[in-house]
Amino acid sequence: MFGYYLKLALKSIKRNPILSALMVAAIALGIGSSMTTITVNYLMSADPIPEKSQQLFYVQVDSWDPTSPYNDDNNDPPNQLTWTEATNLMAAKKAKRQTAMAKSGAVIEPSNPDDKPFEASIRLTFADFFPMFNTPFLYGNGWDQQSDLARDYVVVLTREINDKVFGGENSVGKNIVIMGQNFRVVGVLDHWQPVPKFYDVNNGAFDETEELFMPFYLKEELELPNWGNTNCWKSPEGEGFKAFLRSECVNFQMWVELENSQQEAEYLDFLNSYVSEQKALGRFARPMNNRLSDVMEWMENQQVVADDAQIMLWLSFMFLAVCLLNTIGLLLAKFTGKSAEIGLRRALGATKSNLFIQHLVETAVIGLCGGVLGLALALLGLQGIGALYGSFVEHLTQLDFTLVVIGLGLSLVASIAAGLYPTWRACNIAPASQLKSQ
Amino acid sequence: MLKMMDVKKVFRTDTVETHALRDFNLTVDEGDFVAVTGPSGSGKTTFLNIAGLLETFDGGQYQLDGMDVSHLNDKQRSQLRNEKIGFIFQSFNLIPDLDLFDNVDVPLRYRGFSSAERRRRIEQSLELVGLANRMKHLPAQLSGGQQQRVAIARALAGEPRFLLADEPTGNLDSKMAQSVMELLQEINRNGTTIVMVTHDSELAQQAKRNIYVRDGKVSELHSVADLAAAASA
Repeated sequence: MFGYYLKLALKSIKRNPILSALMVAAIALGIGSSMTTITVNYLMSADPIPEKSQQLFYVQVDSWDPTSPYNDDNNDPPNQLTWTEATNLMAAKKAKRQTAMAKSGAVIEPSNPDDKPFEASIRLTFADFFPMFNTPFLYGNGWDQQSDLARDYVVVLTREINDKVFGGENSVGKNIVIMGQNFRVVGVLDHWQPVPKFYDVNNGAFDETEELFMPFYLKEELELPNWGNTNCWKSPEGEGFKAFLRSECVNFQMWVELENSQQEAEYLDFLNSYVSEQKALGRFARPMNNRLSDVMEWMENQQVVADDAQIMLWLSFMFLAVCLLNTIGLLLAKFTGKSAEIGLRRALGATKSNLFIQHLVETAVIGLCGGVLGLALALLGLQGIGALYGSFVEHLTQLDFTLVVIGLGLSLVASIAAGLYPTWRACNIAPASQLKSQ
Repeated sequence: MLKMMDVKKVFRTDTVETHALRDFNLTVDEGDFVAVTGPSGSGKTTFLNIAGLLETFDGGQYQLDGMDVSHLNDKQRSQLRNEKIGFIFQSFNLIPDLDLFDNVDVPLRYRGFSSAERRRRIEQSLELVGLANRMKHLPAQLSGGQQQRVAIARALAGEPRFLLADEPTGNLDSKMAQSVMELLQEINRNGTTIVMVTHDSELAQQAKRNIYVRDGKVSELHSVADLAAAASA
């Protein structure tokens, strides 16, 4: 019977093309607007590293001002570490893997004299960064822990920089001049853009990954500048780069990889012990407030899904509801126009459930058409957002297979929900009243 | 085969109560061809709707094929309509965007027949009404008489024991009306019981039996003179 109902649905849609088009358009507008905001919210709140997001933990210790908390609203500790904590915790090596990191930037001087020098962003980090975050390599690998300690001038390039400087060739083993220093290329990343860029949401959760990756301690060696947010509660004690580096200002992030809850508890104990030691040295005057947050907890804590995006999501759902109300009205008109046929079918032996399913199939077909058109509108909407906000949201404005399925499912469910009342009314038409009047 | 005993039907609005049928008594035997006449508003169509299980009634008893149908639920009534009753309406009631084949197919779809069985029955019934060669035509491409023949084919396709016709010739000219009447007589001769509501006393005379409905009650008419007298009353 489903094939029969489908055939009747298509005939019915053809019979009233304008009314059908209006319903499809109403559903498409609702689906288009809601899918646009759903897409943005979905990508904002997606798990960027699902295979190990519960084993990666962001480290926070409360080194902030003794007289006032870092965050007045929720008493959270600072969302970044000082250089002192970053280097001390790394030196302790208490986790299976760990990496402190910071964002910086420097000028690259291409070997080809025809190419102009250009500025590139840098992620200063440790050797563990690459295996911790499952970064894909096109050529070579990350550096080893010996290079971390030896402060070797080694670098991992993104594919884009490798294309730009080395024409896309395998550049592993070649030199590249950064800040006037020769760096040896040890690896080239393949395309890698976690969304959100979870490992450093402080400096733009949806920014592009940095263009270069180099050992963390080179920050001190080369006096690389701070890029991104730096917060201080106390002025540096002294002048110059090193004084600022060793100040109580926070500019560094740190992640550890822990395999189970026991390791998590042990690492937290270690953090508490470390802070106790620091208290004994006269630092960390605030109450003990250390945190480990896995990836999704950290995304939530940092409110990666912006409030305005959530408000837009609810507004778009309300708009969808308005569109569905219009669809209900149009369906009522359409099914009222079919009263005579419904009465006839009842007289010829159709049960109410036969007619209910027949008309729900018709509604679902209209909903699916609306869904397909709505997805096309959502693509337009996403392109509009992209054009409005630029490359900042480039990674949030793409429909993937899951979102297409969600869009079609939403349109199907929404249209069937909208069709329930008109269908119920249509099925309860008294057949006798319709048969004389046809 | 069809037995109504003291059937009552009242239509109510907030202010008015209309007694469409009052103690309506009628028995129709198997193989009968009953013409029901009566003035407008006398209750003929209400009787036909109740007989066809399209409407419920407020009192009395109705037996169809030996079964008391008073307490059947909607699904059972639909099933009984589909299997035992064929309907023919004054305005044909064909679905305009379905071709003849699909129009005749409608009641068979709800019967659960296989595709081959449905095709056999559709072809057979359209053959019977002389329209087998126009299966893929739309109703609008046919004359009124031909459309009514399609409606008859649709009513017959399910091989019902009962045919209920409400003014089947009301929208046809006299020549077409006679042709449809002859078809109904042929169907009746083949064993199908027919109850036909009509205003046309000439056509009514061609039925085996005539009843007259007035004020929701039945009077049996036994002769042409009775019929003429009833019509002029």
